[in-house]
Amino acid sequence: MGRYLSKKIAIYLITFLFAVTLNWVVPRLVPGDPITSLLARFSGLEGGREILQSYFVQTFGLDKPLWSQYLGFWRSLFMGDLGISITRFPSPVIDIIKTAIIYDFIILLPSIVLSWIIGNKMGALSGVSKRADNFLMPVFYFLTSSPYFWFALVVSYFLGIVLGIFPISHAYSAAMTPGWNWAFIVDFIMHWFMPFITMFLVQLGGWAIGMRNMIIYETNTNYSRYMESLGASKRLIRNYGYRNGILPQVTGLAISLGTIISGGVLTQVVFAYPGLGYTMVQAIKQSDYFLIQGCFLFLILMVLAANFIVDIVYMIIDPRVRHSYSEEA
Amino acid sequence: MSAEKILKLEELRAYYRVLKGDVKALDGVSLHVKRGEILGVAGESGCGKSTLANTLILRKRPLQHISGKALFLGKDLMTMPEEEFRKMRFRQISIIPQYALDALSPTKKIRTFITDMAHEHEIETNAAFFGKVAERFAMVNLDQNVLNKYPIELSGGMKQRVVMIISTLMNPDLVIADEITSALDVSSQRFAATMLMELRDQGIIGSAIFITHDISILYQVADRLLIMYAGHVVETGPVEELIQNPRHPYTQALIRSLPKVGAQINEERLEGIKGTPPELLDIGSGCRFRFRCPYQTEKCLQTPETTHINENHSLACWHFEEIGSERVG
Amino acid sequence: MAAGSFWKKHENLYFAVTNRKVLFGVLMFTAILLLSVIGPFLTPYEYDEFAGPGYQPPSKDHWFGTTLQGRDVYTGVVYGLRSTLLVGFLAGTIASAIGLVVGFISGYNGGRAADEGLMMLTNVFMVIPSLALLILLSAYLPYRGIVTQSLIVSATAWPWTARAVRSQTMSLRNQEFVNLSRISGLSVFRILKEDIAANMFSYVFMVYILQFNGTILASVGLEFLGLGPTRGISLGLILQNAVNWNALHLGMWWWIIIPGLLLTLLIVSLYFINTGLDEVFNPRLREM
Repeated sequence: MGRYLSKKIAIYLITFLFAVTLNWVVPRLVPGDPITSLLARFSGLEGGREILQSYFVQTFGLDKPLWSQYLGFWRSLFMGDLGISITRFPSPVIDIIKTAIIYDFIILLPSIVLSWIIGNKMGALSGVSKRADNFLMPVFYFLTSSPYFWFALVVSYFLGIVLGIFPISHAYSAAMTPGWNWAFIVDFIMHWFMPFITMFLVQLGGWAIGMRNMIIYETNTNYSRYMESLGASKRLIRNYGYRNGILPQVTGLAISLGTIISGGVLTQVVFAYPGLGYTMVQAIKQSDYFLIQGCFLFLILMVLAANFIVDIVYMIIDPRVRHSYSEEA
Repeated sequence: MSAEKILKLEELRAYYRVLKGDVKALDGVSLHVKRGEILGVAGESGCGKSTLANTLILRKRPLQHISGKALFLGKDLMTMPEEEFRKMRFRQISIIPQYALDALSPTKKIRTFITDMAHEHEIETNAAFFGKVAERFAMVNLDQNVLNKYPIELSGGMKQRVVMIISTLMNPDLVIADEITSALDVSSQRFAATMLMELRDQGIIGSAIFITHDISILYQVADRLLIMYAGHVVETGPVEELIQNPRHPYTQALIRSLPKVGAQINEERLEGIKGTPPELLDIGSGCRFRFRCPYQTEKCLQTPETTHINENHSLACWHFEEIGSERVG
Repeated sequence: MAAGSFWKKHENLYFAVTNRKVLFGVLMFTAILLLSVIGPFLTPYEYDEFAGPGYQPPSKDHWFGTTLQGRDVYTGVVYGLRSTLLVGFLAGTIASAIGLVVGFISGYNGGRAADEGLMMLTNVFMVIPSLALLILLSAYLPYRGIVTQSLIVSATAWPWTARAVRSQTMSLRNQEFVNLSRISGLSVFRILKEDIAANMFSYVFMVYILQFNGTILASVGLEFLGLGPTRGISLGLILQNAVNWNALHLGMWWWIIIPGLLLTLLIVSLYFINTGLDEVFNPRLREM
């Protein structure tokens, strides 16, 4: 068990290292020296000279050797200093991220959890009932094959335009001021629904198909055969199969997190929903490099944290991990 | 000795129906098992002994019953409604499978599995019940705390013993032991075989069909012996008589090929049987051993009828009288 | 009868061509493929020329309608389909190649240093959300062609193949026939070719299909965000234009739904082929 965890932690640390390094390296490799030109843009703004000074010399130390710059980058990272956004000058990047990440959570968390739970249940149903299977499988396939952004557009079109129920962009109406009053909450939920349902439905297809296949596989194993030989009902065999089939679904969740978050980015863009994804894409259009880097970093952090949580959950539900020294491949 | 016949097979035919044709794995098998006896079923790989086990306990596609009866306690297992059959499993007829090491679901504790199986048959799992379980475990040198473990925590030998106990827990009238010694070392083999005898002697199980390719074990444990070859029964009789005085050419060759205790290779060579068993796909009529039999003639193109040498000893060969007996030391 | 015995010998092939899922998938994929190949010949327009009045729903002059600027949507879609398929194919092949090599070396050296190191690398790439990485890379590159896009996309797609190939190699490697080869003294290369590769083919083929799907989706996502090839047309670009020109609000459903629907159907067809082949090669899943 200890070996399992320490291996996972090692991977995450290395990934984080890799991501930060990538963040630092890429703008420097690209022709045109974006960092310097970015800083030059600051010089035209009010208070820009000071920023230019502090970042040019202290944080980025662009007059210093490369390895020193690299370390400086890490130092400022740990101090929570991710730079200043040029498009939303003078807001520090970290502040923008703090607000944006909340929008990511409220879309991603419920959609991932609910689609996983409901998807597994529906997949199990599909695995045991031929009739349900014939009807549901094409639906699942369609859902999982749909590009997130296209599905978002379709949802947006039908629910937002044709039926006119939901607003098709942003987190809340421009006229509203945020606050804990009923009107705002309703407005907020109305804006939240379509991005949420998009993420929920597309993921659902994938989980359902996975569990359906697992159920078919598990009900044909030796232990299932033994149970049937001893007169167990089909229902009990299915339950045992489900319990075993859930394991690779948990692993699958960990693996898919990268894809899901990528899908989240696209969905946000379609609905102009101000999460990290949307912010990052907007930042690209304006070449707001500090903001781009900050968003990228936090997207990675989210994925790593989520992965870690899933790994711990897996450890709890698979007795083989707790009691042996081998890793479940 | 006219004990009741609890199992009676009459010209039982079961084939594997595949795309290429019919694999005639059990082709007209007739046998009986008396109450309280251990019938040893022996033969080479592919002779149909495992098919026999599967046909009696659990037929799965592509294995299908073609014709013939299997009367167990007076009822025909082949035509019994599935639900009625299901109730008989575990309680009256049971199996200790070949895949015992694989027979337990990895995510359930032993106690949970036993409880669930008992509930499936509407058996109450109170203290008295688990008292009995503990007693049985003790018989095979298993500690009671095995109940609280997961399969991963048990060694191969322990799992084998657990499966043996679970399969015989409800004191079935007939137990089919399918190659339970094949994967074990010699001392474990002896333990498993003698345990089966012990269970019968103590009245915990009624009768047993002990399937194996290892005749030497059957010599120690079985009351009667039944030799199978390529889907046919070739000889049946009391174990002592068959081993000392085999009459069918195949049985003779089998017995001859057993290593003798005390003999060294420079004194006496180990004899095998030349050739291999025939392909059972769409095989025609006739004695199936004729391709390897030193005594075969044209008559052997007709499937031999079963003749009785005495009340308990029967075989299927046209020429057994001319061949005579082969007294083996 | 000769035909009958042919099928009996090549049992797997028989199952492959009679499997409903495979048939359905192949048909649909071929139809879409044909559309991309022949489609452009059936249209009198260029994809970026003014073809007629804008804002037209599908009609017999414009099968998929026109955009706001009066461009024929059908033309755009069939040309864009070509581009998308090409990137998917290129990126999928590169990713599969990388994945095969990495996965194989890793699996063959199971448990040793090479395996541990490569697996670490694979896991790292797998964890990173590909789109975020792609956005980062694409954002800094001023000019992007189809080849560049394929390279970028394949850079994040290969871990899946690597993992799959690794586990398959490891299980095959331990099987008896490989050990037998070793004992008999055959060279490593021959073991590779005859024992392992033959068994892997079906598996790798299926993984390739999944890879193809993944790369298409990834590249279309990039195109949608405006980070696709800087020239030419692609399905993602069509949808981006649609969104930028407020097609939603204007109710121009043909501009949004049809291009994406074709894309989705393409992916669905490949999934069907994949699942069908899974049934063929794993008899347990077969519906007999």
